[in-house]
Amino acid sequence: MAVIKSNFAIEEGIYQMEVAWTGDVTPGQFFMLRAWDRDPLLSRPFCVHDYDPESGTLTFLYQVKGKGTKLMSELGPMDAIQLDGPHGNGFPDVKSNLVVVGGGMGIAPLLYAVRDFKAKHKRKKVRVYLGYSFESYGVEPFNDVADDVIVNIGGIITEKVEVKRGETVFGCGPNVMMRALADAVPPKHPVYLSLEKRMACGMGVCLGCSVKTVDGNKQVCADGPVFERDELIWEGGL
Amino acid sequence: MSGALLTNFAGVPFKNPVIAASGTFGFGRQFEKIYDLSEIGGLCTKGLTLEPRPGNTGERLWETPAGLLNSIGLENPGVDAFIENEWPHLADIDTVTIPNVGGSDLESYVEAVSRFNDLPVKLIELNISCPNVKCGGMAFGMDPEQAYAVTKAVVDESAHPVMAKLTPNAPDLVAVAKACEEAGAAGLSLINTVQGMAVDIDRRRIVFDNVYAGLSGPAVKPIALRMVHQVVHAVKIPVMALGGIADWRDALEFIMIGAQCVQVGTMNFVDTTVLPDIAEGLETYCVQHGLSNIDEVRGIL
Repeated sequence: MAVIKSNFAIEEGIYQMEVAWTGDVTPGQFFMLRAWDRDPLLSRPFCVHDYDPESGTLTFLYQVKGKGTKLMSELGPMDAIQLDGPHGNGFPDVKSNLVVVGGGMGIAPLLYAVRDFKAKHKRKKVRVYLGYSFESYGVEPFNDVADDVIVNIGGIITEKVEVKRGETVFGCGPNVMMRALADAVPPKHPVYLSLEKRMACGMGVCLGCSVKTVDGNKQVCADGPVFERDELIWEGGL
Repeated sequence: MSGALLTNFAGVPFKNPVIAASGTFGFGRQFEKIYDLSEIGGLCTKGLTLEPRPGNTGERLWETPAGLLNSIGLENPGVDAFIENEWPHLADIDTVTIPNVGGSDLESYVEAVSRFNDLPVKLIELNISCPNVKCGGMAFGMDPEQAYAVTKAVVDESAHPVMAKLTPNAPDLVAVAKACEEAGAAGLSLINTVQGMAVDIDRRRIVFDNVYAGLSGPAVKPIALRMVHQVVHAVKIPVMALGGIADWRDALEFIMIGAQCVQVGTMNFVDTTVLPDIAEGLETYCVQHGLSNIDEVRGIL
């Protein structure tokens, strides 16, 4: 059990929850959260939005979509929440300049990815593209850590993305957008994509979140959620 | 441990009657990072087929009130890869590993099961109940004659006792259970998932590519209890009960109506220590009620 430090809406239906936690966590990894007994049945997977080891604060960004996220949104400071994790494999440590592309709630793991990258590689540049269907949210913290932040509302963000010589790409968003990004970036650039799938166990046993890769099926929860573009086989839908 | 939970199932000794259900426990590797697998009575492997299977396309999971629909479609590495990569590791663990074996026709069932003949396996679970594969699987468990045929063929070739895993979707489950007993099954396990369906109104689509899927979790427990109750009164071979068991009280309900062992499935996803917790809860129950063995309350209802 962990203790909630704060939990509030940053936009209608979009919440940010800070939880007291310390430990090692890689950007792109996720936790299974639950703050209820047996209803809903399953825990909910959420990527780490931000992490501050000094104050021991783990931040999650979530959208209220169903019963679980509704219950989460009703929690307040000092309430307890069950945190299981971190799970999965996050974004790799890259040495080149970075381009980061997020779509909607897919921005969630990218803030910590950018912060962690800039902390490790102070002289390297990060350009962030954030795409939203209707209204933007959660942009402000990116302005504090990235060199350049481009926000796009409506339309297709992947069409706006420019990738320059020697840059590596990180992406997170709906799987259809991840495929568009994989197709849009020239082959010479490494592209790492965080995928989304419904999960039950979050630990690689239920096989509910399989994706097709060149090495056979892999699990988004245990082998991902971050995959290298060239590993993925998109045909037939992920 | 007082020995109060020692259980004999079809001649196979289990240190306790709490067993991981197939498809919810992988091959045990993820859970052994969390607890010592020797704390549980046994584990049923992910369903294995002769050839590797990639499983179903599209959405595979859908949560329902107190339940979970799945359409995994028997994704597995195949019997031979299991024997090579997983069996040696499992054989070293002090628990009963029960390979769960499926097929698409009589020959593939028999061939897959016979691959275990030279290994020190204690019990095989014959999957004639998977609702998520187009041919085979559940098709064999729907009809007493087919269930008899596949069970007989497998029992004749298997060096090990065979426990048939039954589907609640059979029009006459008791008849299927009796047919398996007559065919030589050493035991039965039930229930596999209850066939269900889900609709995504936002996308205006049926959720699963395979249309129907299997419902598990606490939602199905009353159905499982009723079916186990019917079957234990109809056959003489022991029954491993499963279906929505979430804690030791649930497990005891099944034991009191006559289940020899219980399997726990979906709740492994919800609470990773549910299996050893149930074993501990049953042990405490026996101590508190002065039972020298849980057998004293088995089948009392």
